[in-house]
Amino acid sequence: MNNVDDPRFCTFYLGDLFLGISVTCVQEVIRYQERTRVPLVSDVIHGLINLRGEIVTTVDLRHRLELEPRQPDDHEPINVVVRHDDGVVSLLVDEIGDVFEVTDEDFEPLPPTLSGVYRDFVRGIYKLDRKLLLILDTDRLLDLPNVSNVPGLEPTDTPNIPHVTPITEVVHS
Amino acid sequence: MSDEMDDVLNEFIVESYESLDDLDRELVTLEQNANPDSLAGVFRAVHTIKGTSGFFGFNKLEAVTHVGENLLSKLRDGETEVDRPITSALLSMVDAVRDMIDSIQSDGVEGTGNYDALISELEQLESGEAPTADTDASSSVDIETVLDAAGDISDVVAEADIAESTETIDVEILDPESLAADTAETVDNAPTAAATGHVANESIRVDVGLLDDLMNLVGELVLARNQIIQYTGTNPDATFSATSQRLNLITTELQEGVMRTRMQPIENVWNKFPRIVRDLSIACGKQADLAMEGKHTELDKTLLEAIKDPLTHLVRNSVDHGLETPEARLAKGKPAGGTVALRAFHEGGQVIIEISDDGAGIDPAVIRRKAVEKGLLTKEEAAGRNDREIINVIFQPGFSTAAEVTNISGRGVGMDVVRTNIESIGGSVDIASTHGLGTTVRVKIPLTLAIIPALVVACDEERFAIPQVSLLELVRIDGHDPQSSIEYVHGAPVYRLRGRLLPVVYLHEVFGEAPPEHSDGINIVVLEADNREFGLVVDEISDTAEIVVKPLGRVLKQVSAFAGATIMGDGRVALILDVMGIAEHIGMTSTGAGKQHGDEDGEENTAGDLRRLLMFRLGDRRLALLLEMVARLEEFTTDQIEVTSTGRVVQYRDEILNLVFLSDELGIPSTRPEDAPVQVVVYTDGDRSVGVVVDDIFDIVEQRFDIQHGSAAAGMLGSAVIQDRVTDILDIEGLLRLALPALFAEEAA
Repeated sequence: MNNVDDPRFCTFYLGDLFLGISVTCVQEVIRYQERTRVPLVSDVIHGLINLRGEIVTTVDLRHRLELEPRQPDDHEPINVVVRHDDGVVSLLVDEIGDVFEVTDEDFEPLPPTLSGVYRDFVRGIYKLDRKLLLILDTDRLLDLPNVSNVPGLEPTDTPNIPHVTPITEVVHS
Repeated sequence: MSDEMDDVLNEFIVESYESLDDLDRELVTLEQNANPDSLAGVFRAVHTIKGTSGFFGFNKLEAVTHVGENLLSKLRDGETEVDRPITSALLSMVDAVRDMIDSIQSDGVEGTGNYDALISELEQLESGEAPTADTDASSSVDIETVLDAAGDISDVVAEADIAESTETIDVEILDPESLAADTAETVDNAPTAAATGHVANESIRVDVGLLDDLMNLVGELVLARNQIIQYTGTNPDATFSATSQRLNLITTELQEGVMRTRMQPIENVWNKFPRIVRDLSIACGKQADLAMEGKHTELDKTLLEAIKDPLTHLVRNSVDHGLETPEARLAKGKPAGGTVALRAFHEGGQVIIEISDDGAGIDPAVIRRKAVEKGLLTKEEAAGRNDREIINVIFQPGFSTAAEVTNISGRGVGMDVVRTNIESIGGSVDIASTHGLGTTVRVKIPLTLAIIPALVVACDEERFAIPQVSLLELVRIDGHDPQSSIEYVHGAPVYRLRGRLLPVVYLHEVFGEAPPEHSDGINIVVLEADNREFGLVVDEISDTAEIVVKPLGRVLKQVSAFAGATIMGDGRVALILDVMGIAEHIGMTSTGAGKQHGDEDGEENTAGDLRRLLMFRLGDRRLALLLEMVARLEEFTTDQIEVTSTGRVVQYRDEILNLVFLSDELGIPSTRPEDAPVQVVVYTDGDRSVGVVVDDIFDIVEQRFDIQHGSAAAGMLGSAVIQDRVTDILDIEGLLRLALPALFAEEAA
């Protein structure tokens, strides 16, 4: 998915952040669509949209990156539709930027001072003329192992087997 | 070989495979009950393969089928009786033919297999001699003769004009060779022959991929139709309205038609089971009958393919592990021959397939021990589960109870694969067993066809689709104060529906939101899940619609309340509710607490093990604790409680006993008066004791129950019905680990 060979990145803004993802995984950019809310899941999931007959999950990138929530009077966000291992997912961003072509010389790994979600989601930084472009790792970004916010409705692969708390396992191992 | 010849050859291969599957089944039936019709069918199938292989010059194939055919003609004419050696030999012949056809399909030649021994065995059987292992000189000569004869035929056939291969085929099929018995006679003798031929003429082979494409297109067409119908409502044009009405009808018919093309009876998979059961029971020295019920139950072809291997595995398991040897069965007072029964039927929008045997059953004690030995469960976990749960542990990876590994099963890779395969198509598998009496494996497969009729409801300004298969009826409560018709039984809302108490649940509450306080009516959707009814209260009931089930992304698949999503007439997305998932969530399923209909009493509630529970209260909640987890019960006055760095403690038996206030841990406000003595349940693990402070210990009960784990919160094992009331069962060990991590960390270190 993260094609390191293609030096072009699709960029967008999220608050003060200038972010980019590899163009190879971007399918299209579309304007905001009326969403269908999904109960029982965390706010990371913005909702579902109909993209030419296909049902696409939209991920609220502000929420994912633990930024302030979008205010009602902010202008409408934009869908960046990305192709992922599990199908197509849309990332909700504030504003779309240009496609930038970068060179390896401009690349910097993540400064060790960066912490939290950025350490998880940012693969590296490109030094552009006046600003810094943070490259997101879409695989990690879209690895949402548990979005269910109601304990009773988590997947029940083994309905007849009691939930084993991880702590118990540690003690017995 | 020309393309035309390739086509003819492919047709031969496909037809032969079909005949071979039929042959397996027919031969096993013959062994049990020789009837002339089946014999004629078997004879005809072998004859056709023989004839066609001669035409293609597959000499070995022809030689093998030729001797088989000779033997069969003896059987057909009643000169020889069908017995086990003959059936075995004929089945070996079928295997040999299958091997050669496999080889022809992959390489275009018959392969290098040597079938001389088989041929001589068949010949000896035909001549009425007991087969011997050694091939003597005379039979060798016979084989050569046969091979020569076969060669002659292929030469003759090869002389036919290959360019006119279609015609050649016709000639070949209609004109039997002199070597064989008279086919015309066979046809006359077999009333089924005409019917078979008729069906063959009326059907064509279609690529499944093409059908899949058609199905997808029909799905899209249904969506477009829905959009047009919606638009018709706003457009007064009469012609347009009439046309869209017609479009509507045609689309519906088209959809039904395309859907039917994909449905196949489960018989298609079951067909090979008689052979498997026969071979396996002989190999294991057992006697087994196979009973089949509901073999015409239809399933989508894709699903049918997917369940083939898991079902085969389950049937093999039944014979290999389930059934006892005839001696063991007789010793237990059972008939020497065991029965493996297959049953298929529709239930609640799902297809249920049951594989049951009347064998030894599963001993929960053995499973408990094995599970602990193999490290799949800890001792405590094994003890904490009831028999039904324990038996289902066999679906865990790495579990096998077979005393020794046979080449049939017992390597511990079976049942988890079965479960994985079935779950991958959205099904579930459950096992129930009575030790000594038999085992039943129940496989549930959803009828997830792409297009389903659904009821559209609204809740919180969002629309949801409820599949109509789960829908029983709709109830609307109007009037001055509709809320008053919902009554509460210990906090659980119920509605009197024709004199029966129907448990109801607000969809809002399922979604973790508060239901609206004021409304001018209550809409109850009465649903059925797993044979239990419940009412789902929604804001609004809109309409019924044909919806196209579209999958949710992987991220949302985790939420069991939704089965998928669909696109509505206005182009917006609506979620499809998973009625089973919701029922599970609210504890409405059969493994749950029961008591939904209020028509059972404690004595009937025999599910689960007989267990002893300590009952206590905390605030307004009833809680219970497995009594084996309790060391002692104590009472302390408040001035005995002292505070240390690890929290509140008391001096107890010359030691310091840590106290855990359950009300704090579970966030349930305590109703204990501030300075009243505290009731303490002392829990001991090794040399470490902890006191759990509760409000009021009121009873010890001994009862059978099933714990409903679905809704278990942290520190809870789940809920169960104890003394006719829903009671939370405390997971004291887990709770204490959360409450006093420091204490347990020492041990871990």
